[in-house]
Amino acid sequence: MSARFSPGIVLILLLLAAFVLAAAGADLLSPADPLRQSLLLRLREPGFASRTATYWLGTDDLGRDLLSRILYGARASLLVAALSVSVSLVVGTALGLLAGWFRGWTAVLIMRFVDTMLSIPAILLAVLTVAVLGPGFLKLVMVLGLTRWPRYTRVAYAATLQVAGLPYIKAAEMAGCGATRILWRHILPNIAGPLMVVATSEFGLMILFEAGLSFLGLGIQPPYPSWGSIMSAGRQYVTRAWWLTVFPGACLFVLVLCVNLFGDWLRDRVDPRSRGR
Amino acid sequence: MSDAPALVVENLSLAIGPAGLVDGVGFQVAPGEVMAIVGESGCGKSVTAQAIMRLLPDAIRQTGGRILLGGRDISAIPERAMRAVRGQLMSMIFQEPQAALDPLTTVGSQIAEALRQPLGRVRGEVLRMLRDVGISDPERRIDQHPFELSGGMCQRIMIASALISRPAVLIADEPTTALDVTIQAQILDLLRRLAIERQTAVVLITHDMGVVADIADRVAVMYAGRIAEAGPTAEIFAAPRHPYTALLLASIPRLSDVPKSKLAVIEGRVPSPSEYGPGCRFASRCPRADARCAAETPPLRPLGDGRLTACFHAEAMA
Ligand SMILES: Nc1ncnc2c1ncn2[C@@H]1O[C@H](COP(=O)(O)OP(=O)(O)O)[C@@H](O)[C@H]1O
Ligand SMILES: [Mg+2]
Repeated sequence: MSARFSPGIVLILLLLAAFVLAAAGADLLSPADPLRQSLLLRLREPGFASRTATYWLGTDDLGRDLLSRILYGARASLLVAALSVSVSLVVGTALGLLAGWFRGWTAVLIMRFVDTMLSIPAILLAVLTVAVLGPGFLKLVMVLGLTRWPRYTRVAYAATLQVAGLPYIKAAEMAGCGATRILWRHILPNIAGPLMVVATSEFGLMILFEAGLSFLGLGIQPPYPSWGSIMSAGRQYVTRAWWLTVFPGACLFVLVLCVNLFGDWLRDRVDPRSRGR
Repeated sequence: MSDAPALVVENLSLAIGPAGLVDGVGFQVAPGEVMAIVGESGCGKSVTAQAIMRLLPDAIRQTGGRILLGGRDISAIPERAMRAVRGQLMSMIFQEPQAALDPLTTVGSQIAEALRQPLGRVRGEVLRMLRDVGISDPERRIDQHPFELSGGMCQRIMIASALISRPAVLIADEPTTALDVTIQAQILDLLRRLAIERQTAVVLITHDMGVVADIADRVAVMYAGRIAEAGPTAEIFAAPRHPYTALLLASIPRLSDVPKSKLAVIEGRVPSPSEYGPGCRFASRCPRADARCAAETPPLRPLGDGRLTACFHAEAMA
């Protein structure tokens, strides 16, 4: 396996690192409190300088600093995506491993459930659950996490079936390893590659889902910032204050693009055909 | 010098659906002894080995017979305890050593796994075992991954992992088939030496009479799920009393053969389990077959020199 980093992937990794740093360091990097309102500073254009501060990306309809809100929005976005991907990765992988290891009716039951879940439009499922449970950060994470596991299950199931038939798993059984040990020590590491590819593509989707649900008012609740809710609020001022929709929109676009390109790169690297036995 | 046998297989029968795969197979192996099971591909050698480990594929079931490990019937052992038996009391190695090792785990950890210990705690013991199976530079090899090693070295690693917990029985299913000839001879020597040093009973499965000649004290020739002939290797090689054994022996390439001379090959093919008829299963390919062979199953009977043969024409072959 040659570890070749093209300039393109380096740029993508740098951009992703920048987003992560921005989200993690939002407290330090923000020029202003993202929640502090000021009626005197409503809808100021980017670069506006008051006597005390400069508003690099302008202000919103309540006079809050847009740059600070976008930085905190990045944190919401990445946190929701990371947590919900973790939940669905764990749930989906566990079910896929079980189905692939025990096969038989266990597999039939789990995989029918997967088919059912996958036949419901994902955003509809998310909207409906939030509508029933109500919005909120943790609920958002749980809703996304617990509706998005089936893709992992499919991949984990197929990969487990394949790996479980390989001689080294038979050898481990012959050596007296129990099912738990075989699944944990020998199968999981060997199916991690394709699962990471799914997790990356889901990560991009989760960022979009969070933005979409927050845009609809079903995600992160005001006054806390999220790119979706910033754009939603900016929608009515789109002719007078373009920056309210363009900046968060651009961030969303660049972040998801980088995540997806990273996912493609990852997929090429874990392609089973290019892997040593 | 009658050692109590480490492994006894009695009258083992296996079936898949209605078709019998293995029919009344029996043998025993003493500590330090190498017993070969030889026969063409599809004879039921591997399923017999899997039955001994009690890890048959889902579709195949045992329909009769007993397997005694150190005098204990393994069918009485619950599955949980059976796990402790595998790898501790009996181990198995396979044909493709490279594929039989987890590609993501270092060889040291895989050997330590047989001791149910993290490598850190048994490193010294693993190093000693690596040296014992003839791995040079074990301090470096112990932390390498299987893809960094040759096939022959991987088979040594498998042997190390199979034997480190000092099992009473080692089953080796075509352990050298995937290796080239010089490496094959080294691995067979190693097995031979370790069997004696550690008093391990070795069941060596092969399709190659040449391998049997190199290593086995005794041999059981299997054909289509039954034992055709069994006994001390020397006797059987000197005077085969079953036509199938004779044909297998004739198929060993010899150094004296001129390169182009035609190897004796046995005409026809092994019948599949669904084609097993009432008579001798070798009858359709046998040069000596007569009407009785096609109608009646020849019993496996002692011929007085420590061998058993299942052929009506055994006396005529003397
Ligand atoms: N997992 C399995 N499922 C169904 N049939 C099998 C399976 N494994 C082996 N068999 C059948 O059992 C017979 C004996 O196979 P095997 O023991 O592998 O032969 P050998 O090792 O002597 O070449 C063959 O007819 C084979 O088709
Ligand atoms: Mg076989």
